[in-house]
Amino acid sequence: MAIEAILEQCRALVEDPSSFEAVDRWKAAHPGGRAVGCFPVYSPAELVHAAGMLPVGVFGGGNEIEIAHADSRFQSFICSIIKSTLELGLTGRMKILDGMLFQNICDPARNLASIFKRNFPDMFIEYLHLPQNLGSPRGIEYLAAEYRRVLRALEGWTGQPITDAALRASIGWYNRTRALVRALYQVRAEAPQLLSTVELYTLSRAGVLVGPEAHAQLLEGALATVWDRVVKPKDRLRVVLEGSFCEQPPLGLIEGIEEAGCYILDDDFLLGWRWFSQDVEVDGDPVAALARGYADRSVYSAVKHDLREPKAKHLLDKVRTLKADAVIILAPKFCEPALFDYPLYRKALEEAGILHLFLEFEEKMWIFDRARTEVETFVESMLFD
Amino acid sequence: MEKTAYQERIHLQQKALMGRYYDELTAAAKGGEGKAVYMLISGNPIELVRAFDLLPVYPEVNALQLAAKKQSLPLIQRAEEVGYSVDNCGYVKADVGLYFSGGVTSFGTIPPPALILCNYVGCNVYLQWFEHLAEYTGAETYNLDIPFVRDPEWRILPKDVEYVVRQLEEVIEICERITGRPLDWKKLRQILARSAETEELWSAIKDLTRNVPSPFDAYFDAATMMGPLYCLRGSQECVEFFRMAHAELEAKVREGTGPLPKERFRTVIEGPPPWPYFRSFRDLFSRWGAVCVASTYSTVGGVWEFGFRHDPQRPLESIAEHMLFWNVTNRNFLQRYDQLRQYVEGWQADALVIHSIKSCRLFSAGQGDMREYFSKELGVPTLLVESDLEDPRYYSEAQMRNRVDAFFESLEHRKLTAVRQGG
Repeated sequence: MAIEAILEQCRALVEDPSSFEAVDRWKAAHPGGRAVGCFPVYSPAELVHAAGMLPVGVFGGGNEIEIAHADSRFQSFICSIIKSTLELGLTGRMKILDGMLFQNICDPARNLASIFKRNFPDMFIEYLHLPQNLGSPRGIEYLAAEYRRVLRALEGWTGQPITDAALRASIGWYNRTRALVRALYQVRAEAPQLLSTVELYTLSRAGVLVGPEAHAQLLEGALATVWDRVVKPKDRLRVVLEGSFCEQPPLGLIEGIEEAGCYILDDDFLLGWRWFSQDVEVDGDPVAALARGYADRSVYSAVKHDLREPKAKHLLDKVRTLKADAVIILAPKFCEPALFDYPLYRKALEEAGILHLFLEFEEKMWIFDRARTEVETFVESMLFD
Repeated sequence: MEKTAYQERIHLQQKALMGRYYDELTAAAKGGEGKAVYMLISGNPIELVRAFDLLPVYPEVNALQLAAKKQSLPLIQRAEEVGYSVDNCGYVKADVGLYFSGGVTSFGTIPPPALILCNYVGCNVYLQWFEHLAEYTGAETYNLDIPFVRDPEWRILPKDVEYVVRQLEEVIEICERITGRPLDWKKLRQILARSAETEELWSAIKDLTRNVPSPFDAYFDAATMMGPLYCLRGSQECVEFFRMAHAELEAKVREGTGPLPKERFRTVIEGPPPWPYFRSFRDLFSRWGAVCVASTYSTVGGVWEFGFRHDPQRPLESIAEHMLFWNVTNRNFLQRYDQLRQYVEGWQADALVIHSIKSCRLFSAGQGDMREYFSKELGVPTLLVESDLEDPRYYSEAQMRNRVDAFFESLEHRKLTAVRQGG
C-alpha cells in the first residue's frame, strides 16, 4: 500500500478520539477479548498486551465532543483532557473499554482515577506509581515491584497467568513499533518535506488504537514508500516543539503551525507511547528490563522528575542535534506540569541564545487563526531578520 | 457581629513560638548556626531532621504567612514576570518570588537550603517546586518518593513501607554527611516520643469538637495550632504548647462555651483556607453562627485522630507509615470522601462546605464529584465555593458572601421545617 492510502486510513482512525471503532473491530476479531484504556503518560501498555488484552490510548475527547456532564465534577481551572475523558465515561462512549490504567503524572489525573472508580464500578481501574527517585537504585527496584503488582492485578482479573515469555513478546512488539516510529521521525528530521508532522502524528497515533501488530504493518508500509514521494523542500523555519506530551492538540492546530511556515523536526506528542529512546532489553527478567527502561532510556517530559540532569538539557540537546532554528512551546491550558516547565525552559533557551515562542492550546479548540498568526509573525521575524 | 478573641492564650503562645522559630531561621540566614533543610508539609519527616539539629524550613508555611500578611501578590507577579503561568500554584510563585527577592520577609529571613528534601507526599507540584529551587539554588536535592495509597482495600503495602524505609536510610546518610556526625538513634527516639505525645494531645483536642457547642473552630482555629504542629513537632516546647491548649479548650467544654456566643450550625470544611482573606472568610460563617467541627485541611500534615502515633520503638517504620498513610494528601480521593463522611456522622455536622482552591489541584480537582456524592448519595447539604489560598486576585468577596448566605438561609429553612415536622 502506498503511503497516501495508509495515511488516509490512519486519519480516519484518529480524527474522532471519542469514537473507539478500531476497538470494536479488534473485539469482533478477538471474541471475549478485553480492552484497557491507558491514560497518558508512560502507561505500560506492554503489561496489558502481555495479558492478551488490547491497550488503548485514551487522550480525552478532542474537539469532537461537548462537555455537558464532566464540568460539574471538575472545575473551570482543570485542563480539558481530564474533563473530556470523564465525559467519555459519563456519556457511555467508553463502554467498549473494560478497564482503565492511570499513573501519578499530576494531581488531577490522580483524582480522576478515584472518580472513575466511584462512577464506573464495573470497570477494572489500576493506578500505577511511577517512582520519582530515579537517582537511587531503590527507585528502579520499586518500579519493577510495582509492575509486578499490576501484573498480578491483571491476572486476578482474568484468572489467566501472564508468563515472562508473553511479556517478552509484548516488549518485542512495542520495541518494533517504537523503532519504526523513531525511523519515521528520522525521516522528518532529515527531509521534513517528505512527511508533514500531522501525517507523522496520525501514523503514530493510530497505533494507540489498533495494537502493535497492526500498527507495525501500517508503519512498515509508510516507511517503505515515504522516500518515493517527490516534494521540494521549502524555506521554512526548523523548530522543535515541546509541551504536548499529555493532552493532544487538534489536528487542525498542528497543520496550522506547519502551514504558518515551520518544519517541526521533533515534538513530544503522544510521548508516553513513544516511551523509550532505545529498545527495551528482551533477555533476562522482562519486568526488570521495563523498569530499567523507564529509569534510563525513557524520553523526558514535565511529569518525569529526574534530578540527574537539569530540566532543560534534553530540549537543548534536541535543538542542537537537529540543528533547529527555534523552539515552540505548545502547552495545554491549565496543565500544571507543562506550565511549570516553561520558566526553566525559557531561562535555559535564553541563556543558550535560542529563540522560542510560547503558545497555549486546548484540545477542544476549533479555531486556530490566532495561533497561526502568532506562529506566522514569529517565523517572519526569524526568517527576515 | 461577634469577633473571635476567645482563644487568647493559645493565639499569643502560638505567635511567640512561631516568632522564635522565624528568629532562628533569620539567625541562620545571617550566617549564624544551623543548616536549613527544605521540606513540604504533607506527611513531613521532621523528626529525622530534628535528630540532626538541622533547621526545618517549609516554603509552604512561608508562603501562607506571606498571604495571610497580604504580602503575596507582588511576589507572585515577580514570578509571573519570569514565565510562571497565572494558572500555576500560587504557593510556588510566591516562594519563587521570595527567593528572587533575597528571602527577606517582614517576619523573618529565609536561609538558603543545605539540603532540599522533597518529601513527595501526594502533591505532584511538590516535585516541580523543589526541582525549580534545586536549579535556582544549586543545593543538594533528594526526592523522597512516597507511593500513593492505591490498594483497592486501602491498605498499607509492606513493599511501600520497605521502600520508604530504605530511602530514609539514604536521607540519613546525606544528613550525616552534611552535619559531619552520625545519627544519634537515642535522640531520634526521644524526639519521636515527644511527637507521639504531641499527637496524643492534638487528637484529644480534635476530639473535643464532638461536644455541643464545640469549644473551638476546627478549621480557622485549628490552622493556628498547625504552625507549631509542623514546625516544632518533636520539641519539648511543642509538647508544652499542646498541653496548655488542651487544658484551655477542655475548660471551655466544661464551661459550655465556644468560639461564638451561640453555635447554630455545625459544619465540616474541606480544602485549605483563603489565606489572603482568612478573617473575612471566617466572618461569613460566624455571622450565621456556623462553627466548623472537623476539617480535612487540619490533617494535611498528619491524620492522628484515628489512632496513629509515631513510635520510638519503630523509628523509621513509623515515620514511613506516617508519610505513606497517615496524612490526608497521600490518600486517594475516595478515602477523603470517607474521612469527610466519618466527620459528618461522628461530629454531628449539619453541612459540608467545600472550599475549592485553584492553586491546589491535589485538594480541589474533582470536588464537584465529591459534592455530588455528599448531596445526592448521602443527602448532606453541601456548599461548594471557589477561591485561592495565596493569590488575592481570585477572591470575590461579594460573590462569596452571596453563596454562603444563600446556603445558610436554605439550611435554616430546612432546620425549621424539620422542627415543625417533629424531625
